[in-house]
Amino acid sequence: MSEDPGFGVYVHWPFCAAKCPYCDFNSHVRHQPVDEARFASAFAREIDYFGALTPRRTVRSIFLGGGTPSLMKPETVASILDAIARTWPMEANAEITLEANPSSVEAGRFAGYRAAGVNRVSLGVQSFDDGELKRLGRLHNAAEAFEAIRIAQSTFDRSSFDLIYARPGQTPEMWRDELTAALSRAGEHLSLYQLTIEEGTPYQALYDAGKLKMPDEDTARALWDVTQETCAMAGMPAYEISNHARPGAESRHNLLYWRSGEWAGIGPGAHSRIDMMDGRHAFSTELQPEHWAARVEQSGNGVIVDETLDPVEVSDEYLLMGLRLSEGIDIERFEKIAGYRLDPARIRDLEENGLISRPAPGRINVTLEGFPVLDAVVADLAA
Amino acid sequence: MTAAPIPNIRNFSIVAHIDHGKSTLADRLIQLTGGLSEREMTEQVLDSMDIEKERGITIKAQTVRLTYPAKDGQTYILNLMDTPGHVDFAYEVSRSLAACEGSLLVVDASQGVEAQTLANVYHALDANHEIVPVLNKIDLPAAEPERVKEQIEEVIGLDASDAVEISAKTGLGIPDVLEAIVTRLPPPKGDIAAPLKALLVDSWYDAYLGVVVLVRIFDGTLKKGQRVRMIGTNATYEVDRIGAFTPKMTNVEVLGPGEVGFITASIKEVADTRVGDTITDEKKPTLDPLPGFKPAQPVVFCGLFPVDAAQFEDLRAAMGRLRLNDASFSYEMESSAALGFGFRCGFLGLLHLEIIQERLEREFNLDLIATAPSVVYEITMRDGSQIDLHNPADMPDTMQIEEIREPWIRATILTPDEYLGGVLKLCQDRRGNQIDLNYVGKRAMVVYDLPLNEVVFDFYDRLKSISKGYASFDYNITDLRAGDLVKMQILVNEEPVDALSMLVHRTRAESRGRAMCEKLKELIPHHLFKIPIQAAIGGKVIARETISALRKDVTAKCYGGDVSRKRKLLDKQKEGKKRMRQFGKVEIPQEAFIAALKMED
Repeated sequence: MSEDPGFGVYVHWPFCAAKCPYCDFNSHVRHQPVDEARFASAFAREIDYFGALTPRRTVRSIFLGGGTPSLMKPETVASILDAIARTWPMEANAEITLEANPSSVEAGRFAGYRAAGVNRVSLGVQSFDDGELKRLGRLHNAAEAFEAIRIAQSTFDRSSFDLIYARPGQTPEMWRDELTAALSRAGEHLSLYQLTIEEGTPYQALYDAGKLKMPDEDTARALWDVTQETCAMAGMPAYEISNHARPGAESRHNLLYWRSGEWAGIGPGAHSRIDMMDGRHAFSTELQPEHWAARVEQSGNGVIVDETLDPVEVSDEYLLMGLRLSEGIDIERFEKIAGYRLDPARIRDLEENGLISRPAPGRINVTLEGFPVLDAVVADLAA
Repeated sequence: MTAAPIPNIRNFSIVAHIDHGKSTLADRLIQLTGGLSEREMTEQVLDSMDIEKERGITIKAQTVRLTYPAKDGQTYILNLMDTPGHVDFAYEVSRSLAACEGSLLVVDASQGVEAQTLANVYHALDANHEIVPVLNKIDLPAAEPERVKEQIEEVIGLDASDAVEISAKTGLGIPDVLEAIVTRLPPPKGDIAAPLKALLVDSWYDAYLGVVVLVRIFDGTLKKGQRVRMIGTNATYEVDRIGAFTPKMTNVEVLGPGEVGFITASIKEVADTRVGDTITDEKKPTLDPLPGFKPAQPVVFCGLFPVDAAQFEDLRAAMGRLRLNDASFSYEMESSAALGFGFRCGFLGLLHLEIIQERLEREFNLDLIATAPSVVYEITMRDGSQIDLHNPADMPDTMQIEEIREPWIRATILTPDEYLGGVLKLCQDRRGNQIDLNYVGKRAMVVYDLPLNEVVFDFYDRLKSISKGYASFDYNITDLRAGDLVKMQILVNEEPVDALSMLVHRTRAESRGRAMCEKLKELIPHHLFKIPIQAAIGGKVIARETISALRKDVTAKCYGGDVSRKRKLLDKQKEGKKRMRQFGKVEIPQEAFIAALKMED
């Protein structure tokens, strides 16, 4: 089976109303109104720049992430989507996702986003428990989340929401109840992330001070097992390590990352992967929003890193992203990129231990048994 | 310059327990007789190697010629032979003592007699030395000179009533020491007209001069340009330089009977000189050579491996350099599945091992792993042949072995009374036989016969911790005794790990095996599968632990398009794997080996 991983565009809106204590994404809080028009024109210029680097691509998906893109006015979103449509041809039913916070203010803008061209939203719900939401530093409550999900589902054909689990003090039983309730609200897609302590976040300081009791290895595994069981029973098995969907409802944009497709990353701190004559390029842009905008205004782009990846870097990325998917990777494609063969003895050992399998001729994937130890499996294959 | 008159020569050494002030006293003697200017006087002049200074021990024999105008109006030549104080270097001690007629016995006036004091004073008595007791640190408030004098009389049997009381630190009593050397130690004997008879005391390699030989003349004279023969090696040389240490190397014309000095004679390697050999005139040889010494035999062996395999050649070169100066250290190449290429090395004892390892690491900037030290076993095979076993990995099939003999030691331990119970238990646990137990003042003196292989395995560390550092310990190797010794193998995931196999007494195998398995269970990281760890004798498993399979290792967090960050984590994992040693399917971190080999039981 040969894959066509496709081409997509990611746009980063770098502002949030408040910074969540666990988050290490490139997000910034501004106490004056953000000059959206200035950023919209900077986005348009950078889209132009990447358009020139990617002739003959057709856009399969657009993802507006952040930050909190649902803080943008619908006009701003419309101008970004128009700029993209002017630059590249679009696939007939291209997926256009916008990340949104489930607050009432933002839900009020959903109709406007739909009019601008958005056809899918992904809501950062994180939890349905008011106490937990407070601890996670979220600005919404459970009732608002339920309402936002309802509005999203009635406004868009496609929607998804995120939850964070493996939180301090969470037991497998508590999580089973919370997840079961969530699944009863879920439409076609659900992202379930484990809380991880990231460098430089307030959570790390708390953790280092011994004030956050994270689940131990056995509890984390039990939480994981509960997640898989509960979702599978509800007809939403994992198609990726932390993403669940009804068959056919997978996020096309995220599949593009996991299948090592190409994407142009627009906006501050955005990453791109583009295949060029001399190999696969990894770009990234200036992180600080206003500095990024100034760079774009001066030179047409905010790129601060442009490296050409060597074959092993490219194949490592294919391996570590591809094995997150239940469909796994195409061995021939891997070996063509890497220029070396995966060690058959290692594959055999991992197969014997039930950690990987062959879902289709010429492919390997990590099994349900293997997913909870995926990082070790990948390291084993890549070393 | 002619040879010094024999009655005006005194050759002496200083025997003491470590830290009782031997080197400080030597420095004072040099200072007071004007051997060095104030500026040249650095602390502990005699210990020239850094490690010697740091540890307060002397490895190579050294000598200083002091010129002392005595109260009787005559000028005396005093040759101080500095000897190593540690049991590992008993052999060096004996040859230095053979070059002297007397010794200063230095005892710390607050600490009293220690195990090493005893061992060293017995060596001096064996060499027929006249002995002058010296009580040092007399200025300390804790000093108890009367009690320590009693101890010396009681334990050693020496008359201590005339003991010289000093403080080497402040300089108090040093002139009395010099007077005592002249009045109480005998001059050497010797016939200046007889054929040359000189003792080769020691030799070392000097980057500028080549091999320097330290000699003591017994009969006849030694001059520059003289052709000499080494009786043991039967090699002849022309003496091209001759002199004495003042302590600077100072050329002289001639050395006569009783004198101590050095020669150089275009000798290429230290290995060409045999310590204890007799040097005589080529044309007019002595008919009565000195008895000679038997060469030092390594008694403790271990493997030394570079942490980074790329340093193997550097390690080989460094060992060659060290061996230039230390013929008692031996090495041969060894390869281990666990540790790669390295060397099996032989040492005079554990301290010697530590010193060599430290010098390799410090002076040659190498990062080393040392395997568990083992002793030399003598094996008689069923077919009657004999094997010396230096490495447990080379142990022949048990079915072909008639008998295994292991070296035993006689250990003397002095300990404050309150730790006696713990010390006795330690000795019993290590298969010891008690020979004697009595009291030296307030302290217990325990004499035990112990198998050396129980001592090389962290005995000294345990003794120190049991006695909070107060017990002192010394030993002599006595004999070889047959023992029920077995080879214990450690299997990780059913594969034997050669670097961890050891010879142990059958009665000790189970506890050692269990301790090793438990330790490895802590040290080896979880894998994707479960890993049995076993200790086995022959095919029989005597201890077992299991490392469970990894339960969770996945980053289930939200990743946008920042794949680089994830790839960098993978690179880190790959880098980590490179530092692992592969055993079948199991990866064992280098640190786990080092920690397992350092295991305490």
